[in-house]
This record gives sequence, structure tokens and C-alpha cells, in this order.
Amino acid sequence: MSLAAQTKRNYFQSVKFKKRLVKALVTIILISGSLLILSPIWWMVSTSLKSMQEIMTYPPTFIPEEWHFENYIETIHKGPFLRYTLNTVLITFCVVIGNVLANSFIAYGFSKIAFKGRNILFAIVLVTMMIPGFVTLIPQYVLYAKLGWLNTYLPLILPAFFGSAFYIFLLRQFYLTIPNELIEAAKMDGASHLYIWWKIIVPLSKPAIATVAIFSFNGAWNDFLGPLLFINDERLYTLQLALQVFKGQNDTQWNYLMAGSLMALLPVILIFFLFQRYFIEGMNLSAGSKG
Amino acid sequence: MQPTLEQKQKSQTNIKSKKPKIPFKQKEQLQGYMFVAPWIIGFVVFLAGPLLFSLYGSFTNFNITSTMDFIGLDNYKRMFTNDNIIWISLGNTLYYVVISVPLTTAGAILLAVLLNQGIRGMRVFRTIYYLPAVLSGVGVYLLWMQLLSPSSGLVNTLLSWVGIEGPSWLADPAWTKPALILMKMWSVGGGMLLYLASLQSVSPSLYEAAEIDGASAFQKFRHITLPMITPVIFFDIVTSTIGAFQIFQEGYVMSKSGDGGPANSLVFFNLHMWNKAFEVFDMGYAMAMSWILFIIILVLTVINLKLAPRWVHYEGEDQK
Repeated sequence: MSLAAQTKRNYFQSVKFKKRLVKALVTIILISGSLLILSPIWWMVSTSLKSMQEIMTYPPTFIPEEWHFENYIETIHKGPFLRYTLNTVLITFCVVIGNVLANSFIAYGFSKIAFKGRNILFAIVLVTMMIPGFVTLIPQYVLYAKLGWLNTYLPLILPAFFGSAFYIFLLRQFYLTIPNELIEAAKMDGASHLYIWWKIIVPLSKPAIATVAIFSFNGAWNDFLGPLLFINDERLYTLQLALQVFKGQNDTQWNYLMAGSLMALLPVILIFFLFQRYFIEGMNLSAGSKG
Repeated sequence: MQPTLEQKQKSQTNIKSKKPKIPFKQKEQLQGYMFVAPWIIGFVVFLAGPLLFSLYGSFTNFNITSTMDFIGLDNYKRMFTNDNIIWISLGNTLYYVVISVPLTTAGAILLAVLLNQGIRGMRVFRTIYYLPAVLSGVGVYLLWMQLLSPSSGLVNTLLSWVGIEGPSWLADPAWTKPALILMKMWSVGGGMLLYLASLQSVSPSLYEAAEIDGASAFQKFRHITLPMITPVIFFDIVTSTIGAFQIFQEGYVMSKSGDGGPANSLVFFNLHMWNKAFEVFDMGYAMAMSWILFIIILVLTVINLKLAPRWVHYEGEDQK
């Protein structure tokens, strides 16, 4: 009896020990993985501060021997980057506004009003997510060309005001968690749907709307395909387009290229660290519905 | 749902008695359509219309300046008889899909499982691993072109530490696609986040019960964790397959002036389509190509859906 109890205790002790060992091992793996994941970003920073001569030395250095902060000034002077930045800010701002307004409006219709054909329409919304974008690319190009909208920002901005399947889906998921009683009560008080949407649902769904705003900021800021197709005029270039042209002009000037890339990525990195919660909530919102 | 309907009917009768001309139900219907109207308009103008145009256009010799002459199946025939590049592009695309989708899926699951071991600093790790997934665009491609630079890049430097002489990546036709897959692996944290959310919703009581039965760590993973996250795996595989088939920007930006890299090794299906449509303005042909891609994606998605019941485990009562 006592022997059995003894071995049992030992067994539990060893399990505890094993669990600790596993945790330590996992932590070590995750730390090394983190270093590996972060190393490209450090490499970008370090390369952007090196002289070309140092970049070409072998073996490469991890920390610049001399810090050439003037690389950034020189990069900015290589083209009208301020203009490109303002262009990108303008487009991104409009796209975010459009996406937030349109998708929260549309998602309200799909989640809080009962009307004939709603389920079929929503099924179509979901199906559209599977259609490859390139199928409609050429017709859209032709459409905008016929309308004389090439070399304007309209093709980049306007579609954002007509909803996007993924965001409608995301916001609808969130709206479904808002109790209908709230809406019924407001209706009893004579509130219209428009009022309920703007005054009750939008304030209640700030986290989900923030997620949509951040995702669409990211999408618009990094959009390359749209500007590549619709914008030819150099003065209208976005940062992404300018970077691609910059790449062609400074083929192996890695310090300038990295400085430019880092400057283009910086707003996204900042927003990520400031609003990380919303990124993760957005992902969880879409993951939770896959069950 | 039920109380809502009752209330609705109640208020319906209320309003009916006041304003008999517009029945409440109809008003409600109209408002519903008003709210989804922007999407309907957008759907018609930006999607359904273009789809129809593209379908018809794929049977014409449309090149933006000419009239659209109906030429039957000529475009589709030309793909099989008069275009070698399209087969190379299809091969490149399949290569990328077949390797990158399983690798990123497995990598994301592995990372999520590691992060879910109740270790300290989980949130910090999660932030670090997720960061690359939010970075995209030309800046990232330029960064990777530098990282993959044969002599001065980070990747080959790290490889040399473990005694491996790295390949010349984007300059070597055999290594261009592995290079893009490596880049894709960097952002594996996006998928990880999905799996992590799903892992955290698995009830601990299941593991406790298995532990009492003496299940090993691997058995617990194989028989509890894996089945519980199959819905997310399924979703991830379906969406990332669709996404991977449409790879374009990487090939366009990371080859010199969009020419498709050494020995056409980065000419993906969409890049070839792009060149046909906007370089030589063979738009009818490009639209036919887009439908072939659409059909491939559709068939694969349907196969995925058909295969799902065999391995995807749905917790019937677990859904909210």
C-alpha cells in the first residue's frame, strides 16, 4: 500500500517536472523564433543606415559601423516623396471613411432588419469572396477608361463606398451579438432604423468598426495593384507605386531602398503597435464563426 | 428570434391602425432594401456587370480599341495550341500553391500550439509573430529582395552560420519560388492567430479527462486538439488556396521590371494574364484566362467542400 502511494507521488512529481521542462523548452523555441521573425526588420533598419561600401563587404555586419542617417534625407530628396505620401494619405483616408460608413450600414441591414431575400443576398455576399479579383479586373479597367476615370483616384476610392464582402461579414458577426431587444425598444419609442443604426448600433460596435478601419487602412495604404493599373501620371503616384519605380531607378542602392521601404511601412507598424487589440479582435471575430 | 417576431407583429398592428396606407411589414422590407442597397449597387456595377462583360469578352478579340468581334472558342483554343507560357505559368502557380499552402498551414498550427502551452509572455510572442502578417506591399518585397541577396543578404548569412552555402535565390530559376515561399512563411503569424483563438476555445476538461486516461501529449494533440480545430484548418486551407492561386504582386515586383524572373520561373498565371491584358492588350484572351483560373479555383473549392465531411469535425452543440 505505502509503496504504491510512494510511486504515485513520485509519478505526479515527475509529471510536474516534465511539464516545467516542456514549458522551458517551448519558451526557448519561441524566443529563438522571435529573433528569427524580427531579424528582417532589424536588417532593414541596419541596411538603411549603412554606406553602400559597408553593405557590399563580406561577411555582412549586423550593426552598422558608421551610422549614415543622411541616407534618409537623400532618399527623400530622390523624388517628391512628400507628394506621394500626401497622395497616399488622401486615398487611404477616403477609403477608410467609405469602408466604415458603407459596411456598417449594409451589415445593419443584413443583421437587424428582416426582409424578403435577405438570406439569399447574404449568401451571395459570401460567395463573392471566392471570386478571383482578376476576373473583374479587365472589365473594371474598361469601365473606368470609358468613364474617363483613369489617372484619377475615383477607381481607387469609389468602390469602398459600396461595401466589401469581408467587412460586411465581419460587422454582421458583431451586430448579431447585440441583443435585438435593444432595437425593438428603440422602435417602440418611434426611432427609425437610420436613427437606431447611427445612434445605437454604431456607438456600440466601436471595436468592430475600429477593426474594419484598421484593416482597410492597411489595405489602402499598401494597395499596389490598383494604382499600378489606374494611375500613370507621376504626380498622382502613391507610395507603393513610387517605391516600385524607385526600385527600378536605384537597382542596387540597398541603403536607399531600405530607407524608402521602412518609411512606407512605418505608419503600418505604428498603427499595429497602437491598435494591436483590434487586429486580434478582428481575427478572432472571423475565427469564431468558422466553428 | 421568436420574441422579436412577436414584438414586431405587435408593433405592426399598432402602426397599422394609425397609418393604414403603408403596412408596417412593407415599410420594414423597404428599409431593409435601403440598407443593403449600396452593396446591391456595388455588386451589379463592380462585380456582376464586369463578370458578364468578361464572360462575353472571353469569346471575342477585344483589345480595348477595336470592336468586340465574336470569335467563338478561339481564345480558349489558343491556350492549348499557341501559348507555351501559359503552361509554364500554370506550373509555377501550382508549385507555389502545393508547397506554400501546406507549409504555412502546418507552420501556423505548430506556432499556435506552442503559444498555447500556458507559457509566460504569450501576448508578447503573439505580437511579435503576428507583426510580419500585417506588413505587405512593395516595401516588404524590397526588404526580401535584400534579405535574399546572395552575398550581402541576411538569409544566406544565417545559413552560413550553420555551414550551409545558400543558393542565389531570386537569380536562380530553381530557387525563385522557394524564395517566395520563404517570404510567405515569414507572415505565418496571420494564420497562427486564427488557430490560437480556436485552441483557446477548446475546453480544458477534455484534456483533463484524457490525462486521467493516461493519454500522452501526442495522443492528446492527435485526438483532441486536432479534431477540435479542423473547422479552422478547413477554412484556412480553402481561403489560402484561393489566395495562393492569385499570386501576382510578388512575381511582378520581385522580378526585374515584371518580366517574370530568370527562365520565366516567376511567371505566375495572373502575371501572364496581366501581361496579356495590359502589355499587349490582348484582352479577350486575358479574360478567357481569368475564367480558366476561376474554374480551377471553383473546382478545387468544391472538392474541398466535398472532402470536408471526411475530416472536418463539427461540435454540433458547441456553436453559438
